[in-house]
Amino acid sequence: MKAWSRDGQNIVTELTQHEAQMVRFMVDQIKELLTMRFRDHPQDELSELTGIRTGPSSKPEDPMLARLLPDFHHDPDYELAGRDADSAAALRSMHEPALLEAKSEVADVVLKTCPEFGGRITLTPEEAQSWLYALNDVRLALGTALEISEDFPDELPEDDPRAGQLDVYQWLTWMQDSLVGALTA
Amino acid sequence: MTRLAPEVEPITEELVVGDRPWLTVVWNDPVNLMSYVTYVFKKLFGYSEEQATKLMLDVHHKGKAIVSSGDRDKVEGDVAKLHAAGLWATMQKES
Repeated sequence: MKAWSRDGQNIVTELTQHEAQMVRFMVDQIKELLTMRFRDHPQDELSELTGIRTGPSSKPEDPMLARLLPDFHHDPDYELAGRDADSAAALRSMHEPALLEAKSEVADVVLKTCPEFGGRITLTPEEAQSWLYALNDVRLALGTALEISEDFPDELPEDDPRAGQLDVYQWLTWMQDSLVGALTA
Repeated sequence: MTRLAPEVEPITEELVVGDRPWLTVVWNDPVNLMSYVTYVFKKLFGYSEEQATKLMLDVHHKGKAIVSSGDRDKVEGDVAKLHAAGLWATMQKES
């Protein structure tokens, strides 16, 4: 693919069909993951009546989802230390529905603006920011699956089952960095 | 964090955090890009390139940085916005 660049107010690039399909597939996977979380915790009647949405109060078991939906407190014993009446569980329950929605919305922007068969992409700065957020969510999920660390190798042996995932991860890293560059140029 | 940009010298001046009770903390993680984290700090908090870069480097080198402070509601909102951007953020009371 070509690097992202500015065209007046817009941010533009060109993707091959394969690249466009890869982006759409990965973003769609994230959306699916988020939808599952949402489906697992349907809204009760009280929240429908009051309009106050509440989400689950416990962290997702899936490590990818847990990374996309982090806790509000760093220390799991924070509440026990008695320093804060609003526990991490209450904060999660209060904020998670909006976070899921925000992440689904940026995924939708990518799915709407990324042509299925590739070609030129023209984004407004707002759409470009949605792409940044959505690509980052994909990288967070992939990075969690690969257990990326600061000293993770740049390349894996060809027969390593994670080699293909790492290629996609690195390509998305390059694409996201290029998009930040174009947006801030 | 992953480095794709050339290293920038840290700026020595400290940001004024003030004496308000709640702090927004961003933690280092190996996935988020340095360029992206700087972008998010500028975008969400209106920091200058210098301020945002300094905070990003603090996260990268020291493992975490305090990126905003204020009353509980404000900090809660800041953490929520950082989560939407995919950063690993938490809130805590100033000790």
